[in-house]
Amino acid sequence: MSYQPSALRLQREASRRQASRRSTTIALLSTLAVGALVIVVVTGAKGFALVRESFFSWHYAVHSFPSVLSGIWLNLRVMIIAEIFVLIFGLLLALARTSKSPVLYPVKLFATFYTDIFRGLPLLLVLLLVGFGIPGLQISWIPNSAVMLGTLSLILTYSAYVAEVIRAGIEAVNPAQRMAARALGLSQTQAQRFVVLPQALRKVTPPLLNDLVSLQKDSGLISVLGAIDAIRAAGIETAQSFNFTPYLVAGAIFIALTIPLTRFTDWLTRKQDRARQQQGQW
Amino acid sequence: MSALNLINLRKSFGAELVISDLHLRLQKHQVKVLIGASGSGKSTLLRCINLLEEIDDGQIILDGEDISAVGIDADKVRASIGSVFQAFNLFPHLTVLQNITLAPRLVHGISQPEAEVDALNLLSRFGLSEKAHQYPDLLSGGQQQRVAILRAIICKPKLLLLDEVTSALDPVLIAEVLSLISELKNDGMTMLIATHEMGFARKVADEVLFLKGGEIIESGTPHQMLEKPESAELKNFLFALEQAGRL
Repeated sequence: MSYQPSALRLQREASRRQASRRSTTIALLSTLAVGALVIVVVTGAKGFALVRESFFSWHYAVHSFPSVLSGIWLNLRVMIIAEIFVLIFGLLLALARTSKSPVLYPVKLFATFYTDIFRGLPLLLVLLLVGFGIPGLQISWIPNSAVMLGTLSLILTYSAYVAEVIRAGIEAVNPAQRMAARALGLSQTQAQRFVVLPQALRKVTPPLLNDLVSLQKDSGLISVLGAIDAIRAAGIETAQSFNFTPYLVAGAIFIALTIPLTRFTDWLTRKQDRARQQQGQW
Repeated sequence: MSALNLINLRKSFGAELVISDLHLRLQKHQVKVLIGASGSGKSTLLRCINLLEEIDDGQIILDGEDISAVGIDADKVRASIGSVFQAFNLFPHLTVLQNITLAPRLVHGISQPEAEVDALNLLSRFGLSEKAHQYPDLLSGGQQQRVAILRAIICKPKLLLLDEVTSALDPVLIAEVLSLISELKNDGMTMLIATHEMGFARKVADEVLFLKGGEIIESGTPHQMLEKPESAELKNFLFALEQAGRL
C-alpha cells in the first residue's frame, strides 16, 4: 500500500509551506531594501566617480589579469606545499602535546613552548624575521629565496594553530574509548593510532579545513618578502598605472580559490550535524 | 591450579580504602558473581584484575603467573583477559566486524582474512551476521553489548570480566545479553561478573560473593545467598532490592 499522509500531517505541511513562503518574501524585501540603501550611499558619495575609475576600471582589470593570474600560480603552489607540511607538523605537535610518555617529556615541553610562541606571534612578524633573519645568517646550504622562506613562515605559524585544533579533538574523545582499547591489549601507541586519532580527526575536520582556508589567503602575505605572487604582481601593475583595480582582481581570484574549500567545509559540517541529529547525540 | 587467585588485595584512592584484604579464588571454567551496592568496590576489583588500576598491596595470580609483579608487561596480560563494560565502549568509527577483529590483528598477530573468518563465525553463532558491516550506532543497546562481548572473547581469553554489562539496557535487551553469557558458561568460559541482576546471578553463578566496603562479607551458592542470607548486611541489601522490585 502506498503511503497516505494523514489529514493532520497535510495540514501541518501546508502551514509550514505558508510560513516558509512568508519568510522568503520578507528575506527578499529586506535584502532589496539594504541593497538599495548601499547603492544610494555609495553612488551618492562625493568621490564615487573617482573611486569607480581607480578601483573598478574594466580596462585595467583586463589589462592586469594575465600577470595577476601568473602570480596566483605561485600562491597555489605555496598553498599546497604549506598545507601538506602544516598537517604533518600539526599532527606531530598535537601528538607530542598529548603524550604521557616520560621519554617524550622534552618533546612535549618543546611542543607546548612552540605552540605558545607561534600562536602569539603575528604572521607578518614571522615572515619578516624568517625572511630577512635567516638569509642574514649567511649559512650557505640554507636556501634564501623569498618563496621558500615565506612558505616556511606559513608552515611555522599554521602548524601551531592546526596542532591546537587536533589536540582539542584528541581530548574530546571519550577516555572510555582509550580504556576499552587498552583492555583489549592494545598498546598506548596502538590505542592512539587506531582508536583515538581517527575519531579525533573526524571531530575536528571542519575547524581544520577552516584553518586551511585561512592559510590559503595568507599565502598572499609572502609578497612582503618580494616573491612575485598575485598580490605583488597586482602591486607592480598598480605602480605602473596608479590604478588600484589589479588589487581587486587579485582579491577576486583569491576568493574564487577559497570558495570551493569553504563550501566543502560547510557541506561537511552540515553532514556531520545531520548524522548526529539522527543518532540523537546532542 | 586455579585460573585466578587474588591474595590479600588492597586498593585505595588517596585516603579512601576501596578494597581491603580481599581473597578470591576462581577455578578454571568457574563463574563467580559479585553483588553489592554501587560503591562497594565491584568495578574497582575488576579494573584491578585487568591492570587498568594498580593495586596497593597483595598479589593477583592469573593462571599461575603473578601479574601484579612490578615490571610485568600489562599489555600482554590484558590481551589474555576479556573485559566488557557497562557502556559497551564499541569504537564508533569502525564497523562491527572491524571492532571485533582489531585486537586479533594488532595484538595477536592474526592475519586479517583469518580474523574475519573467526569473527563472522562468532557473529553468525549469536545471530548477528547481518550486522557485521554496520556501524555500532545503528545497533540496539543489546546488540551493541553482545558485539562488545564477542570482541572480548574472540581471542579465547583465560578469563572474562563483565562489569555491569546489563545496567544500561531494558529488560528485553537484558535477556539477549544474558542468554549469550549463559552460552559462554556452557562453553566453559571462566568468568567473574559484577551485576545488579539477581536473576542472572541465580542462573549462571557457581558462587555469589557479596561485597560491601571493599570486603567480601558473605559468599555461597546462589540459593544460599539469595534465600538464606546470614549476615545483616546481605539481608539489608536483599531487602532494599526487594523494595525496589528488583529481586
